[in-house]
Formats: sequence, C-alpha cells, structure tokens
Amino acid sequence: MINIMIGAVSLGLLWAIMTMGVFLTYRILDMPDMSAEGSIVMGAAIAAKLITSGVNPVLATAVAVAGGMVAGVVTGLLNTKLKIPSLLAGILTMIALYSINIRIMGKANITLLREKTVFTMVEAIGLKGNVGVMVCGIIINAAIVALLYWFFGTELGCAIRATGDNRKMARAQGINTDNMKIFNLALSNGFIALSGALIAQYQSYADVSMGTGSIVIGLASVIIGEVLFYHGNFLNRLVSIVLGAVVYRIIIALVIEMGMNPTDLKLFTAITVAICLALPMFKGRFNTVKHTAKVTHKAKEGNE
Amino acid sequence: MSKILEIRNIEKTFNAGTVNENYVLKNLSLDLEDGDYVTVIGGNGAGKSTMLNAISGSISVDSGHIIIDGEDVTKLKEYQRAKYLGRVFQDPRMGTATNMSISENMALANRRGKSRGLKWGLPKNEEKEYKELLSILDLGLENRLDAKMGLLSGGQRQAVTLLMATMQRPKILLLDEHTAALDPKTAAKVLEITDRIVTQNKLTTVMITHNMRDAIKHGNRLVMLDSGRVILDIKGEEKQNLTVEQLLKKFEHLGGESTLSDRMLLG
Repeated sequence: MINIMIGAVSLGLLWAIMTMGVFLTYRILDMPDMSAEGSIVMGAAIAAKLITSGVNPVLATAVAVAGGMVAGVVTGLLNTKLKIPSLLAGILTMIALYSINIRIMGKANITLLREKTVFTMVEAIGLKGNVGVMVCGIIINAAIVALLYWFFGTELGCAIRATGDNRKMARAQGINTDNMKIFNLALSNGFIALSGALIAQYQSYADVSMGTGSIVIGLASVIIGEVLFYHGNFLNRLVSIVLGAVVYRIIIALVIEMGMNPTDLKLFTAITVAICLALPMFKGRFNTVKHTAKVTHKAKEGNE
Repeated sequence: MSKILEIRNIEKTFNAGTVNENYVLKNLSLDLEDGDYVTVIGGNGAGKSTMLNAISGSISVDSGHIIIDGEDVTKLKEYQRAKYLGRVFQDPRMGTATNMSISENMALANRRGKSRGLKWGLPKNEEKEYKELLSILDLGLENRLDAKMGLLSGGQRQAVTLLMATMQRPKILLLDEHTAALDPKTAAKVLEITDRIVTQNKLTTVMITHNMRDAIKHGNRLVMLDSGRVILDIKGEEKQNLTVEQLLKKFEHLGGESTLSDRMLLG
C-alpha cells in the first residue's frame, strides 16, 4: 500500500506540471485549451524518439518542451489571426498533432525500457526508483511555481492576467491581447509537453493515445486543488494546483486498489469533474433554500 | 487653437450585403479643438457609440480618416491607439479587470500604451500616487488598494475607471454613456467627478449621453447626431444659454429622422 501511495505521489508530481499548463489557459486566460491532449503526447513522442536515437535525455526533454510551445503558438494563431473560436482551434491542433505524433515516432508507440532517461541519470547519483522521481518532481514543480509567481507579477504577466480577465479593458490599456494569448498558449503547452516527456520516461514508453482525456485530468486536478487547498494569495493558488494533481493521483490509486476497472477511470474522472464544476450551482441553490427558510421562519415569528 | 481630433468623412455599414444591412455612419465629419469638452446626444441608432468605437478603433471604418493630434490613426489597431485615448464604458464591468485588485488595475492603467516587459508590474513606490488619486474621489477607496475590483459597486468602478483613463494624460477622453447604468444619485456624483477631472487636467473630452439636461449642463460644446450625421453643433455662449426646450425645438426644426427616446425627453 505504501508503495502504491509513493507511486501515486511520484506520478502526481509529473502530472502537476501538465496541470500547471491547464491552469494557465483555463484559469488565467479563461480559455480551455484542447491542444493539451496533443501536446502532452508530442512531448512524450519527441523525447522518446530522441532518446532512442541516442540523444541526451535532458536535451531530448528540452526539445520536447520547444515542440509543445510550437503547438501552443499554432493554436494561438488559429484563434487570433484566423478568428477560429478557441475551443475549436484547440481541437484542430489536437487532431493534427495525432498524425504529427505518429510521424515523429514513426509508429504508434516507443518503449524506453533499458534506455537512459532523466530518471536513470538521477538513479546514477544515488536516488533510486520513486525517491528519485519524487525529488525530481518536487524540484521541477518548485521551480515552476517560483517562475510563475514571479512572472505573473511582472508587467507582461499582469498584462496576460488582464487579457484573461477582461479583453476589452486590456485593449483599452494598450495591451496586444492576441500576442498575450499566443504567448500564454506557448507557455502552457510547453509545460504540458514537459510533463509528457517526463511521464514517458517514468513509464518507459510513449504511446500516441496516452493523451486521451488528459485535459479532463488536468481540469479535475485544478479544481480539486482549488477546492481543497486554495484560500489566499497567488502563491497559495499555484501550490494548490500541484497538490491537486497529487491528490487526484492518490484518489485514482485508491479506487483502482478498491477494485475499479482501469478502463472505467475516464468515466469516473468525467463524473468527478462534472460534479466539481456544478458545485457552485448546488451551493447557490442550497443557500437560497436556507435563506428562504430563514425568511419564512422569521416572518412566521413576526406574525406570532 | 490646434485640432486634437479630426474625423474626416467616415462611413460605416454593418452587415453589408445582407438583409440586416445597417448604414450607421454617413459621411460623418467632426473636429475637436484642444480642450474641447463635447457632449454628444442623439436618438437610438443615431451612431453615437459607433462614432466613439470608430475613434477608439474597436470597429474599423469603411472609408474616411481619423486623425489624432495630426497623426492618421485610421489603420492603427485598438490597442495601438490606446496610448492616445482614455476610455470609460457604459457597462461598469467593462472598464476594469474584475478579479484583479484596485492597485493592480491602476498599475495596468499607469502603463497604458507603454511597452510591457519583465519589470515588476506592481511597484510599491506607485501606491502612494494611487492613494492620492483615489482620495480625490472621496469614496474611501484609498484604504482598499488590495480589494478586488469585482467587490466594488457600479459607481465606484466607474469612478476608478475614470481615474485609470486619465492617470496617464490621454489626448482624448472618450466617455460612452458612462453614467447610464448607474442610479441617478450615483450618476450625478460620477458626473461631478468627471467634470472635476476634465477641468483640472484640461482634457479634450467626448461624452455621449442620453440625458439632454446633462448634455447641456456639462462641457463647452454640444453635438447632436441623427442617422449617422452631425445635425447640430452648438458652442460657446450659445451652448451656455441653451435650455432643454430650445434643444427640442431645434431638433424638430431640423426634422430629425429618428425618434427621440423617452429617456432623452425626460432628461
């Protein structure tokens, strides 16, 4: 059991990087970006292909990040220059990436067993198995949280936040909202590709369908993180995203341990996200009921 | 006096070539002198907002030119024109970023039209300036710099938007019925603040209003639009002595095509 938990936390930390990418588009830009499903695979595909071709795993991972950023720019250009609605622009990139990812890999999947990966490199300095993955994951996530915390306090970062908050206002302040969207999408998909590259190296394979449903997993993690851990400033919010991704993996590990069929996981995730997204509405209705009850109660008291 | 804004024969048709074709601006021309405070009135569909949107670049014109302080900006995009313009919209939610704090919003406005890089976007040393500006509103907002914009009332948001539009001195201040969504008392307060800011900074201002009394009371010049044209342009002493009755008579005399809205008559 403890091993399962350690595995879940390790994987959660790698997915947290992807979740951060989803957070950047879904929350900061208010624009759910479907290209995530393609760019996570793209990251895995590029890293796997390069590693099996003998390229240094760190360099391979870096190239994967660059590939994801390009995918993000494409979605951004489709949306801003060709005026394709953001959801559709993301879907177009996602579908296109399916073919591109197979072209990158030359086949539908690549195994990385017995290849040198960033995690075998970490093992070489004495951090074995999941401990190494966790240390890596914590360091990378800490770096990303620090980077984003700083970045969204800069003039450029504030301009991106304003773009997500109120495009009309942002333009009236002289902000090029198109460029802000493209930049943010590149950043987001870069993180997502990084996550894909690391997950492939952790699981020792890259598969063209490994991204299916990843956007929903990302959303679930963002929402779980916000509900459970977010109650304050921006730094707290970023940390809550990482924790949300880890908690999501722990929940998944638990339900599988309890005997759920792994193929039912996506259904489980979809239902979880639907419930989480509907929570504010239920809460609102519940409060109205409570309020009405209170008012009627008071009115009755007044009459008596 | 030099011309700050020259609108030269602009034309705009929405949905051209469809059954919904709407010919809104018809060869409209208007010049603003430096320091002009123009109130713009006209019935629904007269083209008031479209004219303002054409100046700000949120819509492109079919033909004609818009020249700001000698520079032809017709081809410039909305965000590129922002450095010349301060804007306040009808909807109080439109002028500010809801989920950002008052100080974050003001920091954004303080960089209007400037390039934004990796410098810290919320410098502590600017907060004193924000507080001083907010204190002139007399709404107690100077002690709520970290409050989210969304927590403020419509009137408070319009007042802050006014400050934001003017903290970097704009060449032209564009007010698009910025008090229409407010209750009468708040509207009067925001208009009073508007007058104060405009006169103190000697700002060239275009204010659209539905309310004839406001149009007469504020500014040094009154322009009436009808069916996409300027049909009346009253300045100076004549404007100062204008009454609602005279204005209505003039409008009837000119045979305005569009009906005046009830809201306007009641004003």
